[in-house]
Amino acid sequence: MTGEETTEITLTVNGERIARRVRVREHLVDFLRGELQLTGSHLGCEHGICGACSVRVDGVVVRGCLMLAVQADGAEVTTIEGLTDTGEIADLQAAFVERNALQCGFCSPGMLVTAADLLKAAKPATREEIRNFLSGNFCRCTGYHAIVDAVETTLNKRLGR
Amino acid sequence: MKAPKFSYVRAESVDHALALLDQHGDEARILAGGQSLMPTLNMRLSRPQLLIDINRLDALKGIALQGDRVRIGALARHVEVLNSPVVAKNLPLIAEAMPHVAHVAVRNRGTFGGSVALADPAAEMPACALALGATFVVQSSKGRREIAADSYFKGLYETARAVNEILVEALIPVEKPGTVSVFLELARRHGDFAMAGLACHARIDKGVIAEARLVYFASEVRPTLATRAIAAIKGKPWNDATRDAALAALADDLDPMTNLHGSAAMKLHLQRVLTRRAIDQAVARARAA
Repeated sequence: MTGEETTEITLTVNGERIARRVRVREHLVDFLRGELQLTGSHLGCEHGICGACSVRVDGVVVRGCLMLAVQADGAEVTTIEGLTDTGEIADLQAAFVERNALQCGFCSPGMLVTAADLLKAAKPATREEIRNFLSGNFCRCTGYHAIVDAVETTLNKRLGR
Repeated sequence: MKAPKFSYVRAESVDHALALLDQHGDEARILAGGQSLMPTLNMRLSRPQLLIDINRLDALKGIALQGDRVRIGALARHVEVLNSPVVAKNLPLIAEAMPHVAHVAVRNRGTFGGSVALADPAAEMPACALALGATFVVQSSKGRREIAADSYFKGLYETARAVNEILVEALIPVEKPGTVSVFLELARRHGDFAMAGLACHARIDKGVIAEARLVYFASEVRPTLATRAIAAIKGKPWNDATRDAALAALADDLDPMTNLHGSAAMKLHLQRVLTRRAIDQAVARARAA
């Protein structure tokens, strides 16, 4: 790391307290993937368009490529691995499999992390509203219909409808 | 791509950030939500020596009614503006525009002040602020000053804010009873950058347009108050003749940029379409009120 400015950060990732020295120019997902081997968060465009890097920071979904790791100092970060381990979206993941809502799978972690926010709100949403909520996540296999189906099914089940 | 090397400082106070700005000048960039700055870094379109992170400065946060104005702190996130009952009640134009601002994850980080400070020509908040006659408060180590939105937007990503100043808040007059507002935008996909857009605030008395501010964005280099189109509708009832006069005058107000989102001619056409729809809606809203 010659010539690179680095700094110490302490944060919680998927419930685990972690302290590391990071390069200040490193974005959050490079840190998660490279340093912590949490490779579920993907990097597509790396400029905030595609949504493959979506992670949860302090309770809300953000673009992991548009936040520096150093900015996550003190934060609580949850990745797709964490959401899987806690079982928070087990029903959504089952619905994705059931409805074949993933093809190549590259966008799926981002889709799931984003949809998790919608489900967390536990409010009824129309297909149009679900589409709008997911509009910042690209699926280049263009499997949007099945993805919206899976989210809609899961939401309705959770709301007992 | 990956961001180039830079130094990073987390500002401990507004004064701390301002002292760093004095020291580093144009080599420093303020890092707020980072939703525009970070992409330019990752794409290496920008190579600042220092990032000054203001995200933890509580003095720049919050949304509150102050007399007959709403104060929106520069660090208020888009999602906070979107969910703010103060904004919903007092600034319906901004409430109507917010769902068009980017996507969920971007709204969770992006800030009102960042949008105004960057002054992207396709951004919604600068246009709304201009339509509502907002005042922007900027601060340097020498003190604070207020800049009227009317004289703040200078050109493409160019504003009246100086290099040593930080935008600290916007003060936006509440929309008075008897006035109406309409926000319209055309984008290829919900939440994407607009191809054409219009923020309209008006007072319409018994079908006559007593006062109006029409601010166009996404076609011009900066949010643009259409003074000639406004003159064409002021004091007039909204009928075919007024509409034709306004749409004709608009060609003198606007000089659309041709870009990936469309040609100049197409954008002028779209802005005319939006003008018609917006004033139709404003008249209908005034009637219903």
